[in-house]
Amino acid sequence: MRRYSAFAVAREAARFHSGWERAWRSPAPKKKYDVIIVGAGGHGLATAFYLGKNFGITNVAILEKGWLGGGNTGRNTTIIRSNYLQDPSAALYEKARSLYETMSQDLNYNVMFSPRGVIMLAQTEHEVRGYKRTAHANMLQGVTTEFISPARVKELVPIINIDGPRYPVLGGLWQARGGTARHDAVAWGYARACSDMGMDIIQQCEVTGVRSSGGKVVGVDTSKGAIDCDKLGLVVAGNSGDLANMAGFRLPMESVALQALVSEPIKPCMDVVVMANTVHGYMSQSDKGEMVIGGGTDGFNNYTQRGSFHHVEETVRALVETFPMVSRLKMLRQWGGIVDVTGDRSPVIGKTPLGNCFINAGWGTGGFKAIPGGGWATAELIAKGEPGPLSAEFGMERFIEGRFIDESVAAGVAH
Amino acid sequence: MLILECPYCGVTGEETEFHGGGEAHIKRFGPGSSDADFETYLFMRENPKGVHFERWRHVNGCGKWFHAARCTMTLEVFGTYSAQTFEPPKEIKDAISAKRPGWSWREFS
Repeated sequence: MRRYSAFAVAREAARFHSGWERAWRSPAPKKKYDVIIVGAGGHGLATAFYLGKNFGITNVAILEKGWLGGGNTGRNTTIIRSNYLQDPSAALYEKARSLYETMSQDLNYNVMFSPRGVIMLAQTEHEVRGYKRTAHANMLQGVTTEFISPARVKELVPIINIDGPRYPVLGGLWQARGGTARHDAVAWGYARACSDMGMDIIQQCEVTGVRSSGGKVVGVDTSKGAIDCDKLGLVVAGNSGDLANMAGFRLPMESVALQALVSEPIKPCMDVVVMANTVHGYMSQSDKGEMVIGGGTDGFNNYTQRGSFHHVEETVRALVETFPMVSRLKMLRQWGGIVDVTGDRSPVIGKTPLGNCFINAGWGTGGFKAIPGGGWATAELIAKGEPGPLSAEFGMERFIEGRFIDESVAAGVAH
Repeated sequence: MLILECPYCGVTGEETEFHGGGEAHIKRFGPGSSDADFETYLFMRENPKGVHFERWRHVNGCGKWFHAARCTMTLEVFGTYSAQTFEPPKEIKDAISAKRPGWSWREFS
């Protein structure tokens, strides 16, 4: 793999950009791999990357039914933060956030991580108490957040209306080291690094069955033929339920549509990420100038990757009160992704009832921010066969044991 | 936007008039049941890619709970029926079989 650098840009500029290589190979599948990862999204590719980097396992295939990074990795609103309430989640999300800080250097790929700061607005007394509690918990966990006053919110976000009649801004939970990154570049960067380590990324290869023998997985059937493996990782977000059915077990999660929209590009007006969970809306400005707006989930099981217009209306209506200038914006595009939501709004990283088959799923409405941490933890799980410290609390058995990691406040709706 | 018909009051309304209540025909387990049964009842879900039986409530109407059969891939509604039943009535199963040949009702836990 040729490294990307300022020198490489100059070299290629001098020869009409004729020397750029493909970022990753597209090989035909081999008969057998040590590890097969199903799902070439952020978490799947990160899992493969850390299997190679941390554990030296490189005989790995990453199977993707569509195109790489075309699921939720390419559909989210790119927000990165780690201000969660419970200790296990704060550890996992903070690991992810800290890995984002050096990701561009680690992968030699510019993921445009922008630690511009994230504010979660407190617009009810209940939220004020909740976020103060989170700020205190974060202090004990070593995650830097603070509860800030309405005046400070206004200073950070001049376009905000803090005196709205229905939902005045009463304060905010501020994480200065949170921010955004270029979501596609995260997938592309990991893919390029995985391919460079000799892993096979096989796109347009849909898994149609999971083969097992004696309670252990032995391979998968795909649209490109049967492929054997010693270990299998299922990292397919919204399609986890479908794949679990093939593998013969059920999951404590349901798939629903989550949608987002962007406005026409405008001049820079907001240089932080603002989340308003009471009114189900969150907004940031992309480098192109578009206001990126996230909304709520549909209230029913859904695999269609479409949003619905009445949710757009609800989201925009709520934002207009908090950001009056939104009423003058035209919206450019709207799209949806399928997220798998668990009962306690925390992910599942752990073993499954099928031997040598592991799962990373249930990120619900907030998987993008956790990509490097989730990949790190899942790689350790697959390599050792047992969860490491990061994922120890996230196994599926927590539901039978009643040991939930309740993040319904921190995860709420907004990501 | 889903269009649903309330089997109780007969009103056909848009999805915003109703509220989804999750998977239907879940077998309930209470005190004295095993941990595994209780977990299955509370958390494990069928979450199918295809035909799904689910509960809906006519919140902005008569307020009654009812069941719907719907495809989660196409959002097609096969029909709605009374919630006072342990499995879908024959006409709902027939309507699904007509649209999805080979489909069969299986024993939900």
